[in-house]
Amino acid sequence: MLAFILRRLLQSIAVLLTVGLVAFSLFRYVGDPINAMVGQDTTMEQRDELRTKLGLNDPAPIQFARFIYNASSGNFGLSYRTSEPVGRLILERVPATLELSFCAALFALFVGVPMGVYTGLYPKHWTSRLFQAVSLIGISLPTFLIGILLILVFAVSLHWLPSFGRGETVQIGWWTTNFLTWSGLKALILPSITLGLFQLTLLMRLVRSEMLEVMRTDYIKFARARGLTNRAVNFGHALKNTLVPVITVAGLQLGALIAFAIVTETVFAWPGVGQLFIQSVQFSDIPVMAAYLLLIGLLFVLINLTVDLLYFAVDPRLRAQGGGARVAGH
Amino acid sequence: MNFSFRHSFALAAVASAGLALAPVADAKTFKWANSGDVSSMDPYARQETFLLTFTSNIYDPLVRRDKNLKLEPALATKWGQTDPTTWFFDIRPGVKFQDGSPLTADDIVFSLNRANGPGSNMQSNFVSVKEIKKVGDLRVEVTTKYPDPLLADKWQALGMMSKAWAEKNNAVNSADMTKNEENFATRNAMGTGAFMLKERRAGEKTILVPNPNWWDKPTHNLTEVIFTPVANAATRVAALKSGDIDMMYEVPPADTESLKKDANINVMEGPETRVVYLGMDQERPELLESNVKGKNPFKDKKVREAIHRSIDVDAIKRTVMRGQSYPTNLMVAPGINGYMKDLDKRPALLKPDEAKKLLADAGYPNGFEVGMDCPNDRYVNDEKICQAVVAMLAKIGVKVNLRAQTRNLYFAKILRKNDLSQGETSFYMLGWSPAQTYDVHNVFEALIESPNKDTKKGQFNAGGYSNPKLDTLADKMEQETDKAKRDAEIAEATKLYVDDFAYIPLHQQAVVWAARKNIDLVQPADNSFPLRFVTVK
Repeated sequence: MLAFILRRLLQSIAVLLTVGLVAFSLFRYVGDPINAMVGQDTTMEQRDELRTKLGLNDPAPIQFARFIYNASSGNFGLSYRTSEPVGRLILERVPATLELSFCAALFALFVGVPMGVYTGLYPKHWTSRLFQAVSLIGISLPTFLIGILLILVFAVSLHWLPSFGRGETVQIGWWTTNFLTWSGLKALILPSITLGLFQLTLLMRLVRSEMLEVMRTDYIKFARARGLTNRAVNFGHALKNTLVPVITVAGLQLGALIAFAIVTETVFAWPGVGQLFIQSVQFSDIPVMAAYLLLIGLLFVLINLTVDLLYFAVDPRLRAQGGGARVAGH
Repeated sequence: MNFSFRHSFALAAVASAGLALAPVADAKTFKWANSGDVSSMDPYARQETFLLTFTSNIYDPLVRRDKNLKLEPALATKWGQTDPTTWFFDIRPGVKFQDGSPLTADDIVFSLNRANGPGSNMQSNFVSVKEIKKVGDLRVEVTTKYPDPLLADKWQALGMMSKAWAEKNNAVNSADMTKNEENFATRNAMGTGAFMLKERRAGEKTILVPNPNWWDKPTHNLTEVIFTPVANAATRVAALKSGDIDMMYEVPPADTESLKKDANINVMEGPETRVVYLGMDQERPELLESNVKGKNPFKDKKVREAIHRSIDVDAIKRTVMRGQSYPTNLMVAPGINGYMKDLDKRPALLKPDEAKKLLADAGYPNGFEVGMDCPNDRYVNDEKICQAVVAMLAKIGVKVNLRAQTRNLYFAKILRKNDLSQGETSFYMLGWSPAQTYDVHNVFEALIESPNKDTKKGQFNAGGYSNPKLDTLADKMEQETDKAKRDAEIAEATKLYVDDFAYIPLHQQAVVWAARKNIDLVQPADNSFPLRFVTVK
């Protein structure tokens, strides 16, 4: 078990280094940050001096090695755009992204799963067909458009909800939260729906097809034959058996929600990490882009590691195989 | 801390004490948005209009510009030259910083040196400066290496900082990009200006409140200013329509019409001082991307004329720019010192066969082929303008191969290198505003004079147009203190580049702002946005 974790961790480091190296070899294609950093009248000589000072004239592998060396001591450098330490810049925006992703995940889970159960149980009912149709919108419309439509309806026409931003936030230590103010909660609604809609659709369709599958199995028939209530059959037996794949997908999708909140954050001017990344790309802000990509790489590595470990814990067959292999090896 | 909660709590307390609630009724909060955030609170962090104009609300300069871009006294009450190489600035007595400390000549000397020091991006304002020294509690003297009649103009955007504050907070220099150190002045600000920084959340919001002890009489009536960056244009428009913001700075052309139709919104439009123009490589013996070998067609004035007079800027204005441009034939805009109205007349357009004949006279009866570089995210509709130019030139047999790309790649490609050797372009688009001095000399020096490694002139003359006579005139006007003589030199030099078809000036793009009807503000032509002119009804 320990060997397994260690091996996975080593692999993770290799993955992160690869992500970093690929990122650095791509950076020269995003352009030269110097022209955005200096004023119009700065002479070419001064521009080149700054370029040399920042190490941008060095070959990509050297820039990468320097980045890794500094990063290993927690130093990610200063942002070219804002001259602030990159570590803090990202850390400050993490709460906004995490809270948004968390709410979007909750929304997807608590609306998507019941909708899936319902459409699975009553596939022919007209409300099921309506849900199906709505879910098609969730899958086919781009996030950008959904966000703008929601803003036009709920902010511009109805004036119920704010059109952008986080509203008032409360600071707890280094964490800023939306959950403790009325305006913060209101500000969460539209972006969460926008971000969570795709996952909602995914979960709903997954649960639906799993439910359809399970409802046909013998043990459900036996359960009914035993005279169990509908409730006990549907939720106690059927839903429970659909949940294994649902949890796997939901877990993995959480990573996707955090990593791909970029579009939603841009539409709603949500001050999260995704928006920071977009701004950094426009500016060729290499230190921030590098740190962000590593962070997201790390996130996915950790999620995959957790999922692997969960499989290990959940599925007895995997454990048996692992043990068997070891025995065979001796 | 939950602000609204605290606020209502305070209200309840006041109400229960039976006091009048007058201040609340008068609260004038002004909320505005722009596509990007102010990159720093440090007034020397970047030589960029938006940062300079934002921080100037907190940090007053020595001299500032009024609504019509004329210089007027700010922290300096008097300034001028005692001899051709000596400037003096008399500091306004009795001015206090926002922390209560008095402003003295020491602060001015400190600020100017900081702006010219490491980490600062303002050093190009100090090229002529030899020494800055205090000659009394309220007088600063600056000696220059050569006569520099424009020094005060150059410094109009430099906000003055407190020496004691900077020293106390370890912000004596601007942030050093090569170190991983937070600089206090990046997030905090304390000047003598009309507004004080109350809260700064980079990328999220920046809150300013009026400075009750400002030395000048406030012309605004604001009690709080909230600035938020909203990157997405559609969201920004929606926020303005819904009233979540009161004003948006820089409206995308596509949204102007829909905003004009909104009864609650005023759209303000005016020409920007920046001129967008096309340049041609007149330096290389052979163009980089062309089917003409052994010679460079752009070296021939007839070719430049044929191209210049085949580009219909009014058509570009009508179609691509949706009416939001101001066509010009000069490299400087009205409002800039040295703009020659008499010379701002575009020569008549040529019919395609007339232009073809001109090309044939130059030895290109079948036209020629040339590559063109264009940014796609720098100026309003930049790529579309280039596409229109491609179509217009196709009619006269000049086949243009357009390459449009993002600005960070674009500028790296076309601009001159460190040693002023040419960038890689044959035909390109740039925009320029003499934003430091508001004087035409900056344009001559940077764009039109021959590139010269030793004198550092012609840094941005990417095409390498060169006219020794113009060089002499431009160098003369730099140090000329007699206005009549100087104007004559400017007129002569302007005529030279116009007659040479050195560049193809296209237009000034419009600065478009939009605000809710209850907002009153001033829109200066340099696209700066001083909050001191804003009132909320």
